[in-house]
Amino acid sequence: MRLLKPLSHTFCALPLAWLVLAVVTHQASVNPVEYAIRFLGDWSLKLLIVTLAITPLRKLTGWAHLMTLRRRLGLWAFAYAALHLLCFWGADLIFSFSALGREIIKRPYIAIGMAAFVLLLPLALTSTNAMIKRLGGASWRRLHKLIYLIAPLGVVHFYWLQSSKNLTTEPLVYGAIVAFLLLYRVLDAKGVSLRLPKKSIKT
Amino acid sequence: MNERDITPKSLFLNRRQWLATAGALAATPALAQASDAPTPKDAIISYNNFYEFGTGKSDPARTAGSLRTAPWSVEIGGLCAKSGTLALDDILRRHPRGEHVYRMRCVEGWSMVIPWLGFPLADLLKAAEPLSSAKYVAFQTLYDPAQMPGQKSDVLQWPYVEGLRLDEAMHPLTLLATGLYGEELLPQNGAPLRLVVPWKYGFKSIKSIVKITLTETQPPTSWNLSAPNEYGFYSNVNPQVDHPRWSQATERRIGEFFRRDTLLFNGYAEQVAHMYTGMDLTANF
Repeated sequence: MRLLKPLSHTFCALPLAWLVLAVVTHQASVNPVEYAIRFLGDWSLKLLIVTLAITPLRKLTGWAHLMTLRRRLGLWAFAYAALHLLCFWGADLIFSFSALGREIIKRPYIAIGMAAFVLLLPLALTSTNAMIKRLGGASWRRLHKLIYLIAPLGVVHFYWLQSSKNLTTEPLVYGAIVAFLLLYRVLDAKGVSLRLPKKSIKT
Repeated sequence: MNERDITPKSLFLNRRQWLATAGALAATPALAQASDAPTPKDAIISYNNFYEFGTGKSDPARTAGSLRTAPWSVEIGGLCAKSGTLALDDILRRHPRGEHVYRMRCVEGWSMVIPWLGFPLADLLKAAEPLSSAKYVAFQTLYDPAQMPGQKSDVLQWPYVEGLRLDEAMHPLTLLATGLYGEELLPQNGAPLRLVVPWKYGFKSIKSIVKITLTETQPPTSWNLSAPNEYGFYSNVNPQVDHPRWSQATERRIGEFFRRDTLLFNGYAEQVAHMYTGMDLTANF
């Protein structure tokens, strides 16, 4: 299990490394800025979904090691989201706060993406062991339930942009997975047994 | 102009050079703003929106080889005295082509400068002798899912259709193009015959045309059918009228890092603005 940490970091860093390589070698289309913005947003959402899948997976498999992955994946999702926003703000809006403000006010899909990022901030900031201790387990858990809101916001942000070019398949697939992962939690909270059936049945 | 007037090949920077140039230009936005150098051919033939060949920008260059561009004919009909089906070879014999370097602004917020090879659409329309009742011109792309695999998906209604008001269609800037950079069009760019309306968003410039019809009423147009509140019949480039999802005030010229200001009618206001005098361009987007 000592390999889990380096493996998961490598997995999360690979898309970023691939993007840098693609831009440098001119494989990121002839519009690399837009390519990078979309790529980073897409991977932020993908990693967010994988993060959401950890708890159900742990409950289904009983494999406790998975929990050590959750924070790491969540932080990587945040890193991709931050780079996504940074590229958009820097390259499209030339780091102008007023331009960013105008975009947020005028365009609901940007406001929603921004809301998702702002909500991710406290989660990233309270991800250290020291912060968990300071907040106390119960309030830390309550705060981190924000992820149930952040993931759907991310999907809506993506869907809203893509629908204008009739490219809704990918965001709809993401939406279905997020819906399934959230539904799992509702059922789990209601006490519906979601464990894998035990193989040995007592008679 | 003839083919000799085309910018010499030595002036077209190769990809690596122009990316370097783009970086330099990006560092000096004022200079970048002024430049209207032709976009490298590499970029023009590799970055395309042509849903008949897939929805990704690189799909058409990869898959459009399945299009048979010869022999090709165009059916001209509707409200005109001389309707009929014309072979493309005959059309080109009758209407000599010239080089026209135009800006091309995509509704998505990027732009290129393309040296088209073509002739004014007006030449073809005049030869068809429009009746006085003709007010609009409708265009239709080939429909053949075997050649255009993207038509097997329902991402748009097929065939792709577009339209212009007759005065727009007769405007000298409006072209039928068959080539770029002095060579015949590649399938991904709308071979063998496409429309070019440089003051409108790129999707108005319909590709691989098989049918041109003069009509009395405004013809349906594909993206308007798909999302009427986002894509209007006119779709004139206008920095003041945003797309509901994004601003149209700026654009990224392919090869440049930062965005530049988008110009009213894509910089062709002097030539075309008179056609829209008194029209509310926000309502008629």
